[in-house]
Amino acid sequence: MRTRPAARAGQYAALLAYLVFLAFPLLWLLSTAFKPPRELGSLHPTWIPEGPTLANFRQAFDEQPLLRAAFNSLLAALGAAVIAVAVATPMAYVMARRRTLLARAATGWVVVSQAFPFVLVIIPLFLVLKNLRLIDSLPGLVLVYVVWALPFALWMLTGYVRAVPVELEEAAAIDGAGRLRTLVSVTAPLLAPGIVATALFAFITAWNEFFFALVLLKTPGKQTLPVVLTHFIGAEGVADLGPLAAAAFLATLPSLVVFAVIQRRITGGMLTGAVKS
Amino acid sequence: MSSATARRRTVRRAPATGPPRATADRGAWFLVLPALIPILLLSVGPLLYGILLAFTDAQSGRTAPTRWIGGLNFRDLLHDTLFWESFRIGLVWAVGVTVPQFLLGLGLALLLDQDLRLGRLARVLAIVPWAMPEVVVGIMWRLVYHPDAGILNETFRDLGLGDGRDWLSGLATALPAVIVVGVWAGLPQTTVTLLAGLQNTPRELHEAAAVDGAGAWRRFRTVTWPALKPIALAITALNFIWNFNSFALVYVLTGGGPGGRTWLPMLFAYEEAFRYGQFGYAAAMGCVMVAVISVFLALFLVGRLRGGDDT
Repeated sequence: MRTRPAARAGQYAALLAYLVFLAFPLLWLLSTAFKPPRELGSLHPTWIPEGPTLANFRQAFDEQPLLRAAFNSLLAALGAAVIAVAVATPMAYVMARRRTLLARAATGWVVVSQAFPFVLVIIPLFLVLKNLRLIDSLPGLVLVYVVWALPFALWMLTGYVRAVPVELEEAAAIDGAGRLRTLVSVTAPLLAPGIVATALFAFITAWNEFFFALVLLKTPGKQTLPVVLTHFIGAEGVADLGPLAAAAFLATLPSLVVFAVIQRRITGGMLTGAVKS
Repeated sequence: MSSATARRRTVRRAPATGPPRATADRGAWFLVLPALIPILLLSVGPLLYGILLAFTDAQSGRTAPTRWIGGLNFRDLLHDTLFWESFRIGLVWAVGVTVPQFLLGLGLALLLDQDLRLGRLARVLAIVPWAMPEVVVGIMWRLVYHPDAGILNETFRDLGLGDGRDWLSGLATALPAVIVVGVWAGLPQTTVTLLAGLQNTPRELHEAAAVDGAGAWRRFRTVTWPALKPIALAITALNFIWNFNSFALVYVLTGGGPGGRTWLPMLFAYEEAFRYGQFGYAAAMGCVMVAVISVFLALFLVGRLRGGDDT
């Protein structure tokens, strides 16, 4: 299809506007992270730091236990991702392949669980975890993250399972492979990329999560990165801008890297999960 | 995997789904249990427990046993003007974020579908906010909105539009400023979802319509939109729920201030539960939030679906 030049120009203008809107806060964060205090205090801040410095990063690590927090975040996110995928994959398989009442109920839960505000979930969870002595502990947080990641993991994985032709499994069965054998050597390899994508997605959501971590973790040494980041902002909302920007920038890097890896698969997975026969 | 192939496959497989055999079903239980147990114990159970809590006077750290108080929490809520004010702010926020998210997302998706130059860069940029922790998004925009060191006021000064203002502390500007951040943060997921939907619409139909002389708007209305509609409805409904329940962004940006102008219901309920320890009352708030969201969504979906039959 041919597009008229005037329309083309309009399209480029619009695209440019989007680029500016999307990019300028990111660039400003970067710029602030590398600015010395003198420039941050100036009334006429510039886009490009005149005397770029790494001092903010050093100060950020001095002010807050960032390494410890990053380690906690990593443990929580890894634990949540691995467990969520491990328990969700078999269930997603059943949901995709069978039309039992259970499978339908599970699909219903996936949808309904999205509509409930976290408050309604976190208060009873808080009480339950308190009885299990899992408040203020990473294992408790991991448990919460697993359940929290399950709806989306099930949704994505069900889509991936549907994409594996059932004929392949039937062919293996005809060739004499048992059910378990079929699952392990036919279905699993085809499903592997989807499983990895789902695990990485669960990793990112857990790495970025704030509300549950805020409620459940009280000891500073146990807190995750997003919670520790908010400590940079003082009680009166006054913040040391440089270290704040530096720490925020660093905290984003891991999820950006992971996201770059799985970006295409995520959208594919969401749609295959969404389109049902 | 395109959804088109997936759909074809499910259709082809349909006859093969025979009556479930007893042995296979036992295997199915075995596969389901590892996920089912945590779901029942840590999601379904707590949800029901939470709804029950709404009818009690549960408080944190109280020695007296928790008692049933029937609908007392809800009666109190009814007269709690602060809560309803917060509720109103929550609705303004949710609608104010969801609508631009959809319109801007659709616009960007249509542009990205055009294979323009810079499209790749835009695609990457359109993903980044999605991957960022909400706390970081909040911190980043605090830097943008900062009255002295922020780029926004500096740009205003450069353009000669006055001295700028303290966006996040101004009574009139706080909520709009926060809404802009919400749109920015949610734009990627909407765009990417809509773009994936666009790329599944039949190209041939599009071209046929163009040959028949249909203009761009007509082609959009008659070819693109009908194919895109289910996805657009789904993502908009989800966005609305997510936005209404959102917490971290506003917590970091304003903490509910100034003067409660950005006091979202989630912030309200959080304070009520974990600062004042009023578990029962906060649970009642949660119930009211669910009820209202459900009503809104039902109205929205019914209205949209019915509207679709006319076109």
